Amino acid sequence: MSTASSIQNGNFLTQDIETLRDTAALIRSRIITTSHRSKTPHLASCLSCVDIMVALYFNIMRIDAGKPADPARDRFILSKGHGAPGLFQVLAERGFYPVSDLDTYGADGGIFAEHPPTPHHLPGIEAATGSLGHGLPMGLGMATAGRLKGLDFRVFVVLGDGECNEGSNWEAAMFAGARALDNVVVIVDYNKWQATGRSEEIMSLGPLVDKWHAFGWNACEADGHDMDGLVSILSEVPDGSGKPKAIIAHTIKGKGVSFMEDDNNWHYRIPNEEEVAAANRELGVPA
Amino acid sequence: MRNAFADEVTKIGAENTDVVLLSGDIGNRLFDNMKAACEGRVINCGVAEANMMGLAAGMALNGLKPIVYTITPFTTTRCLEQIRVDVCYHEAPVVIVGTGAGLSYAQLGPTHHSVEDIALLRTLPGMTVLCPCDQMEVRAALRAAVAHDGPVYMRIGKKGEPQIHEQMPDFKIGKAMTMRDGSDVCLISTGNMMKVVLDAADLLAGTGVKARVEGFPTVKPLDGERLAELFDKFPLIAVAEEHSRIGGLAASIAEWLIEQRSFSGQLMSFGTADEFMHVIGSQNYARAHFGLTAEHIAGEVGKTIMSNAAVA
Repeated sequence: MSTASSIQNGNFLTQDIETLRDTAALIRSRIITTSHRSKTPHLASCLSCVDIMVALYFNIMRIDAGKPADPARDRFILSKGHGAPGLFQVLAERGFYPVSDLDTYGADGGIFAEHPPTPHHLPGIEAATGSLGHGLPMGLGMATAGRLKGLDFRVFVVLGDGECNEGSNWEAAMFAGARALDNVVVIVDYNKWQATGRSEEIMSLGPLVDKWHAFGWNACEADGHDMDGLVSILSEVPDGSGKPKAIIAHTIKGKGVSFMEDDNNWHYRIPNEEEVAAANRELGVPA
Repeated sequence: MRNAFADEVTKIGAENTDVVLLSGDIGNRLFDNMKAACEGRVINCGVAEANMMGLAAGMALNGLKPIVYTITPFTTTRCLEQIRVDVCYHEAPVVIVGTGAGLSYAQLGPTHHSVEDIALLRTLPGMTVLCPCDQMEVRAALRAAVAHDGPVYMRIGKKGEPQIHEQMPDFKIGKAMTMRDGSDVCLISTGNMMKVVLDAADLLAGTGVKARVEGFPTVKPLDGERLAELFDKFPLIAVAEEHSRIGGLAASIAEWLIEQRSFSGQLMSFGTADEFMHVIGSQNYARAHFGLTAEHIAGEVGKTIMSNAAVA
């Protein structure tokens, strides 16, 4: 569960697949416990993208938690900002601030809200998201800055599938395609739900791979919970195609806890004490 | 003003390699010199202003100095949420330039008019709002905006505006400029109304009224020190702007007065009315429609002075 088995690669961290899975379970447990304690919603939305964030932060990204403003660092933007309870746990476990800081999650006067604060207020954050459809344009600005400054950092942006309703994503997609920003990766957390219904029924979302492909991206599908597959696909960035990369990650809303999986009530529901205990048992994490 | 903008931004871009110009598919050939002088730093972002503003914020947070340029409604209201969240909330030092502000594009109809932009942008925390009055002030204001470590909105006209300043003025954000001295009444102008206001002062002079003319090229932050001096000296102050009377410079001066808790004096506001203009015409026609002419301003101010004198 610890980072004991992790390999320090310079200042970077490269956990092996088994350790990554343990880290993801730990993060899921902390998200659920914190949701119960702080009465914070969006639990299921957080659980669907945990594996993606863990793969990035604990294996893929060239980041040094001690130097959160290093100009050469890889950038990560959780554009679906309501997944912040997950991101906060990931950043803490990765060492950007003490895990104990999250004890005050949601408290009056604190900084851990239901969405990420600005980079000026929490190390590790690149963009204060929450209003949907903002992360990708900002990420492209960062990627363009990297190009102009001759830095080879990559920009990873996680979009929700519901978030793909927002037209600004498609403005951004066309821009990145035209400018061949191959230092950008979009990962769509395709859990097939948005706040109040099936994403495909509310807006014609699919076929997502074809859509991103048509906008000039190198698009592919992946299992968003298969750590091995995620690491393998994310290891090749830039991937040599000369295009920005879109990974349509098939995920399950509420992933990791049987009674939350694919049940959209957990977009807003807060777990009670028994549910927290049951979730931790399933995750194999001591309460 | 836009030619002065294009020329000055080219110079600034050549001096500072962090400067990037983002445009929304306008300014055909206008930026050819900058494209040559600043390779890769003139980016046509297409007709996609939400993305353009987000790009600018991302760049500004990563060491660049982006200047976003397109027609005013599209660089303001079209992407207001991106300005609010990506730029202002992040305290990203982006310079937003709206060309053809106010009634400059009168003939293009209300989709291209911009008489709400000052009101909307000045409510955003941390935003600086600049309205230069001529091409010289555009150059100076642009330099000040690029040097400023925070978001700046600058509204400019289109082309052919009368030149007011002979040279680039000493421009400081938040500082008013005395354009003409006078002791009877104070006329305040912001942006491209300066010539009209100076003409109004001439007309008033013809009736024996000496008008002081103040330029407020910075609408936010207001020059409170200058306002205190003006309200101390003048019983009547009239403000003219090519903007709605709701939320513009006059309204922001009224807000400033509220914060003073105790004040005396009279404030008149000349601006556009609370309506969309459904008739077509030139910029001068549109100004006349809203009473934004030297004759109307001088006439109304003169009448007010007379009626105040009668009461006294």
